[in-house]
Amino acid sequence: MDFSELFRNFPELTTTGLTQGAIYALVALGYTLVYGVLRLINFAHSEVFMVGTFAAMWTWNALGFNQNLSPSGVLISAGVLIAGLLAAVAVSSATAVAVELTAYRPLRKRNAPPLAFLISAIGASFVIMEIIGIATDRAPYGNMPELVSNKPLFTILGAEITPVQIVIVVGALVMLVGLDWFINNTRLGRGVRAVAQDPDSAALMGVNKGRVIGLVFLLGGVMAGVAAVFANLKYGFTKFNLGFLFGLKAFTAAVLGGIGNLRGAVLGGLLLGLVENYASALVGTQFRDLVAFVVLIAVLMFRPTGILGESLGRARA
Amino acid sequence: MTDVQIKNGAPEPRGFTGKLNAMSKPGRWAAITALVALFYLMPLGWFADPPGFYNPLVTFSSDFGTVLFDAAIFVLLAIGLNVVVGFAGLLDLGYFGFFAVGAYAMALLTSPASKLITDYHWLDSPWPWLAALPVAIVITALTGVLLGWPTLRLRGDYLAIVTLGFAEMIRVIAVQSEWVLGGDRGISAIPHPPGEIGGEPIFGFVDPKPYYWLVLTVIIVVVFGVRNLARSRVGRAWVSIREDEDAAELMGVPTFKFKLWAFAIGATIGGLSGALWASKVNFMNSTTFSLENSILVLAAVILGGAGSIPGAILGGFLVAYVPEWLRGLGGFLGLDINTTEYRYLIFGLVLIVMMIFRPQGIWPNRRREAEIKDRQKEVAVGE
Amino acid sequence: MRQQLARVLGGVAVLALVAGGAAACKSDDATPGAGSKVCDLKLGFFGALTGDAAGLGIHMRNGVKLALEQYNKDNADCKVALEEYDSQGDPAKAPALATKAAGDTKVIGLVGPAFSGETEASLDTFKGANLPIITPSATRPSLSDKDWGVFHRGVGNDLAQGPAAGRYIKDVLKAEKVYVVDDQSAYGTGLATEVVKVLGTVAGQDKVQVKQVDFAATVAKIKASGATVLFFGGYYTEAGLLLKQAKAAGWNGVMVAGDGVNDANFIKVAGDAAAEGTVLTCPCAPATSAKGSFVADYKALINAEPGTYADVSYDVAKIFLEGIKAGKTTRADMLAFIDGYNGTGSATGVTYKFEKNGELDPTQVLVWAFEVKGGAVVPKVEIPKG
Repeated sequence: MDFSELFRNFPELTTTGLTQGAIYALVALGYTLVYGVLRLINFAHSEVFMVGTFAAMWTWNALGFNQNLSPSGVLISAGVLIAGLLAAVAVSSATAVAVELTAYRPLRKRNAPPLAFLISAIGASFVIMEIIGIATDRAPYGNMPELVSNKPLFTILGAEITPVQIVIVVGALVMLVGLDWFINNTRLGRGVRAVAQDPDSAALMGVNKGRVIGLVFLLGGVMAGVAAVFANLKYGFTKFNLGFLFGLKAFTAAVLGGIGNLRGAVLGGLLLGLVENYASALVGTQFRDLVAFVVLIAVLMFRPTGILGESLGRARA
Repeated sequence: MTDVQIKNGAPEPRGFTGKLNAMSKPGRWAAITALVALFYLMPLGWFADPPGFYNPLVTFSSDFGTVLFDAAIFVLLAIGLNVVVGFAGLLDLGYFGFFAVGAYAMALLTSPASKLITDYHWLDSPWPWLAALPVAIVITALTGVLLGWPTLRLRGDYLAIVTLGFAEMIRVIAVQSEWVLGGDRGISAIPHPPGEIGGEPIFGFVDPKPYYWLVLTVIIVVVFGVRNLARSRVGRAWVSIREDEDAAELMGVPTFKFKLWAFAIGATIGGLSGALWASKVNFMNSTTFSLENSILVLAAVILGGAGSIPGAILGGFLVAYVPEWLRGLGGFLGLDINTTEYRYLIFGLVLIVMMIFRPQGIWPNRRREAEIKDRQKEVAVGE
Repeated sequence: MRQQLARVLGGVAVLALVAGGAAACKSDDATPGAGSKVCDLKLGFFGALTGDAAGLGIHMRNGVKLALEQYNKDNADCKVALEEYDSQGDPAKAPALATKAAGDTKVIGLVGPAFSGETEASLDTFKGANLPIITPSATRPSLSDKDWGVFHRGVGNDLAQGPAAGRYIKDVLKAEKVYVVDDQSAYGTGLATEVVKVLGTVAGQDKVQVKQVDFAATVAKIKASGATVLFFGGYYTEAGLLLKQAKAAGWNGVMVAGDGVNDANFIKVAGDAAAEGTVLTCPCAPATSAKGSFVADYKALINAEPGTYADVSYDVAKIFLEGIKAGKTTRADMLAFIDGYNGTGSATGVTYKFEKNGELDPTQVLVWAFEVKGGAVVPKVEIPKG
């Protein structure tokens, strides 16, 4: 136990933890949306995130920017960033929907048991990961421009705040609020909530279940695409098996907050980011995953359905 | 819930199990004996290396005997996980953790290079293999109970993530290089099982066949045990928990106790397979215990047909064998493609296609199949 | 219906019995007679070609491939084939492949295994089959502890490299505050331990995980410690990410790391700007500045820059090929040939001569310091022996 290390670096650990947590939260939303509607762990979601990082990187490279040549000027940088964002969102959501169409829908048509979905999800995950792995020679890629500066902008309470951190945290919050509003206030969102609450009644009331499910995958893919670009901004790195670790963490975050609950996913993501950072300082970086899971198990002991409970259909979400 | 075949009195034999059960008793025994004999003979000459032509079932670029051994270990794991997932309906994503516990327990107790002897001096000398094996199994069973005690109150997917977390925790602990488990540096000089014929040890370094036969024998014993258990009161309690836990509790089944039983038995079998594996490989380190392996075992159980012992055997075999078989396929077909590179891609596609066309698994349990059919009728309204 | 199944099963069993019986009678393949010209020999390569560590293994395989291409061009009447054993760097997968290699009498020698863990897991099998191996890259010192006979190492081990890195930090960089990070791999921890031994006291130490992506907590500790030099024991992906994040967070020191980081991918991950000035040690010469026509030949065949140990793999593969050329067509002959070998590798310029335990002659083990300059690894200075 090294408390001095924790206290000395507390402000910095908090800001970097929140940034990391914001990315977890965005990926966690994909798990939570699908789980809320289908009661299904979408194991392939980690790969939906991973393909987004490659899509954004390749778009930037195609525009002529790489790790040694970053665009100059705020406007051009923003333009390049948005181009990458659009590409990542498009590819990620297309992948998510493709997974639904090829690996889940045929099983639903045949009323397969829940475990069968789990296995076809694992199969889909293998397929996507291997395709990218083969296409990229399984090499690590760091060929990304610095679109948002990571030089400190100002200092609050001893923590240096960088533009990257602001973009990620603010961007993630905007996405979350937007999603929350969409689910709660639009016609389509009502449909999602209706199916989450009671699929059969919703179908009887005229909600197109197939379309709602497709929508849920699409939304999850959009969130994963945004998360992918943020991860690129923060780490400037991707690899064919990058998704696995992020997916595992994001899924943990979703369960921590209460899977099926949008706000729970956000809370769980941010909490996990912080816990990991504090634990790294306190007991050493080699134990960060261990501590993350200990916290998860401890929380589930006292709140068996996560901190906020599961409720995509109910009023809170 | 309703098992039509039994109600009708004159069952129409369906599926492999149905046909097998419909045979006369001597016929059934003959069939099973023949199958078991085939398993024992598989790594031997003619089958593995027929003169004049190439047996297409033999793996091309990894040693067939060793692949059979690895497959047998996976079969044992699948049988164990089948008790947890298939019988009791508890989704366990971290089953490989028990394999790790068993393997490490065996290695620490028997290896002269174990840190328990060299650094901590808890033991004066390595334990004999036969004494260490039961202890390793008991340690794993206790781990199962210790993990199950707090977590089995959770249901469904929450249990899944907690078990996954448990396996990750074991892995993270195993990776710590300074600790007793040796991390990536691993534990070397793990002894082989005892026994010799004519001065030559039965379990040597090069020939994997004796190890395969040993695991095969263990599998047969375990299958008998598990099968009898599944047909006893315990097995019926598991089925009731799987179908409707609340109803089972109301009917007076102590669900927690039986869930813990399932968990402990599953852990024991996992530990047994880990211990057997460790005593073949001679050297092990933390890289073996990645999360992917837990997922592979689960895939094995469901691919074969959850709740069915023959299904678990088949699934466990396929999951270990198919990627190895694909490894050298390109060279065998004379194609200039490196199938080693594509084997997990193909395996992933196989998983998806299998689940689309046979979601109940290759060799499903009849009761379980009926449950699924039953469910299909209910859900069909919604789609 | 039931009879049908019984018949099928019974038939299969009878077949199996016949098969087993036949096997018992079948004698072993005759081993090829020594001295006579044997033209279907194979040279094995053992290492990760897929999976996470494939980046390292593929370069080594390519080095072996190049050596074989050249040999087969000159000896078109008597070619040697390459047999690949893709271990994915996983010791658990190694035994099946090692047994396969051991059982294939056409495989006369093996370049590899690439990593120390898989080497440890398969040495028993190689010894049992008397199959000579030369590893181009497994640097764990303990591999030569036992007198394996078949084991040879074409590079210096971590005991040569770690202290040299430490001396370089102390004597050349003259750093007072050094932060040491390792990735908990046997290789990384081994190097870090040796470095700490030489330095005596360090400003701080942390351990990270392989495949970790976010190093914020470690970076915070490094910054707070005031260290001017960061030693990293581990491989290039984590090293690149850690350095990139440390530089981005405003740390301005120098990173020193071992041969696991000495790879073009390190600069790809960290970026030219962040990687600039990084010092990399290696008990080898950089593959990209190998001697002779190696680099040009490699590029022509593979269409890529040679990576770490591609040159060593090329040279050790050529030792085997020289043996085959000299008519050593059995494993025993080949083993004797390698044990008595004394020749200079054309790519590395190292004189290959092995000690009894399989280690490279210590006078041949040179540790060099390289520096990252303008996006490339350039040799800087040979670190003097301590």
